[in-house]
Amino acid sequence: MSRVKTLQSLFKRYRRPGDIVFAWVALLVSLYLLSQIMDQTSWRNGDKLFAQPRFWPAVSLVGMVCFAALHLLGSALSERIHGRWQEVGLWLAAFEFAGWFIAYAVAVPYAGYLPSTIICAILLCWRMDYRSRKVLGAAALAALIIVVLFKSFLQVKLPSGLVYEVLPDGLRQFMLTYF
Amino acid sequence: MLARWDVMLALFVGSIGGVMIGAIPGVGPAVAIAILLPATFSLDPIVGLTMLLGIYGSSMYGGAIPAVLINTPGTAVNALTSYDGYPMTQRGEAHRAVSLAYSASFWGGIFGILCLILLSPLLALIAPMFGSREIFLAALLGIILVILAHRGQIFAAGMLAMFGIFLQTVGLDAVTYTQRYTFGFSFLSSGINLIVVVLGLFALSQAFFLLTGPDTSPDAKPVTGRMSAGIKELMGHKRVASVAAGFGVILGMIPGTGEFTAQFMSYTYAQKTSETPEAFGKGAPEGLVASEAANNAVPAAAMIPLLALGIPGEALTAMMLSVFYVHNVIPGPQLFQNNIDLVYGLYFALIALNVIVFVFLLFSTNLMTRIIRVPTRFLGVMILLLSFVGVYSLRNSLTDCMIAAGFGVLGLILKRLNLPIVPIILGMVLGGIMEVKLRSALPRLKTPWDMIDRPIAFILFVMILLVLLLHLRTLFKEIRAPHEGADHDLHDSQQR
Repeated sequence: MSRVKTLQSLFKRYRRPGDIVFAWVALLVSLYLLSQIMDQTSWRNGDKLFAQPRFWPAVSLVGMVCFAALHLLGSALSERIHGRWQEVGLWLAAFEFAGWFIAYAVAVPYAGYLPSTIICAILLCWRMDYRSRKVLGAAALAALIIVVLFKSFLQVKLPSGLVYEVLPDGLRQFMLTYF
Repeated sequence: MLARWDVMLALFVGSIGGVMIGAIPGVGPAVAIAILLPATFSLDPIVGLTMLLGIYGSSMYGGAIPAVLINTPGTAVNALTSYDGYPMTQRGEAHRAVSLAYSASFWGGIFGILCLILLSPLLALIAPMFGSREIFLAALLGIILVILAHRGQIFAAGMLAMFGIFLQTVGLDAVTYTQRYTFGFSFLSSGINLIVVVLGLFALSQAFFLLTGPDTSPDAKPVTGRMSAGIKELMGHKRVASVAAGFGVILGMIPGTGEFTAQFMSYTYAQKTSETPEAFGKGAPEGLVASEAANNAVPAAAMIPLLALGIPGEALTAMMLSVFYVHNVIPGPQLFQNNIDLVYGLYFALIALNVIVFVFLLFSTNLMTRIIRVPTRFLGVMILLLSFVGVYSLRNSLTDCMIAAGFGVLGLILKRLNLPIVPIILGMVLGGIMEVKLRSALPRLKTPWDMIDRPIAFILFVMILLVLLLHLRTLFKEIRAPHEGADHDLHDSQQR
């Protein structure tokens, strides 16, 4: 019994809701990656162990599995705080914004950097429950400043939109270069 | 090197931008550097470097403002500043607290740079003694310290550091030309880009964090009075300020420890040696001085292992390492031999940024209080838009955007669980260094003992053993006298 208590005191820590879910997922992913080591890396005859292409993936994955198992043990032995699945729900909600980000990235080469940025800023602010003209206007203005700063001023390598092709000659060149 | 208008402009923009970024809770220097790094690719190397250096060195100045005025640190390392700064604001001494924080920050910053300059001849002497095996051992020591520094989260930090090391192995092995963990996907052959991971884990995750959280708009009241008054008051706390800056320099040089440990040690020192220790946490000026002087001395000190050995000690220096590489400046032993002009240029840039920021803050604190009031969800939208510039401008790749989004979700989960992000980044950087250096050291090693048969290698090996033994000793002490489990997070491990 005292040994169990010692083990508990050794591993016990403060944990937030959802910690054990993350600990399980981390362990399972680590185990899966380690199980693939023979397929996903090669062994070269004649080379020293430390020079093998398999060596560092093996070291890191064995380390990941060991630490993930200990993290899970710590999580299991620590006091549970309620709200686990609510927390997991919040993690999943983040995928919506990951989707927004990817949709924005998809839109830029077609709709152009300036229009995509302004539209995305306004729509996302709307999605975040901002309804006042002041905030939506500030979002559009901030989007314009971002485009001018990075594309027009710093000439950051960003694609020009296909939509600019339909513009008149002089304006098209200007938009393609600066916006 | 600095006497160019574009370099001075970059330094000015970086310094002022860094203060503003630091002043906004929820952004922080890591997010800003991650976003701006790809944007500086098109700039001249010294221009890009000084701009990002400006952000790195000045953000903590700005971070003190919300810590003092609204009890919310602008950057994670200003956490202790709020302990005494906010109670001072509550009793109507906001002006005194802010001006004292600026002066202490300036003192810490200049102290750190002077130490860096004074140590340079020694670094130039020692750095060439670092060959492949020494750099391998130093990187290994760095990884161990990063893991052990996350007290209460060592297993998670270890797992995430190993994950970082694994990530850098993915793709085509540059020496043996064999694929590693590409699962047949061609986009993985070129490996997982460090900057994409950094942008996902720091910038996008912060955007997701703010967008999924409640909307708040901090209310910071304007501050009235002369900001230079703090300089005079700081003279009354010379001892605390100097010792705190000393802690910042020493701990800043050690990978994995950095600002947090420096702050806690200097704060504890200040409290223990104070005539009124009971006032700490209730608005003691000495506590404020200890915290700010320590954390501002760290950036210059953290440049020591970075410049001399090419080994970053924490996330921001890991990003700065990427900045150096991108601009064809390779930190390491050769830098002091072949490019000493650049090294001195960086030192003077650090001094200049501290002067610029200090003078700027003397006149613009109330502008900062307006910046603090930006609603958090609006800030999240802007960070998401800015992250796109960082990720997409690298290679115009949609796949990079998807990978960054994936790491953004992972970063959000880690932030929500208060698990550390930094070990992933340092695992990627230090793991890469370890693999390359071990391989290049191998042909000269006949037996394993040859690894430590040179003085510096032997010292590093002894340091690794000592660190591990000291940790085991602490662990056994805790087993023998277990305290009741901590019912709160030991520290906020996020780089905000």
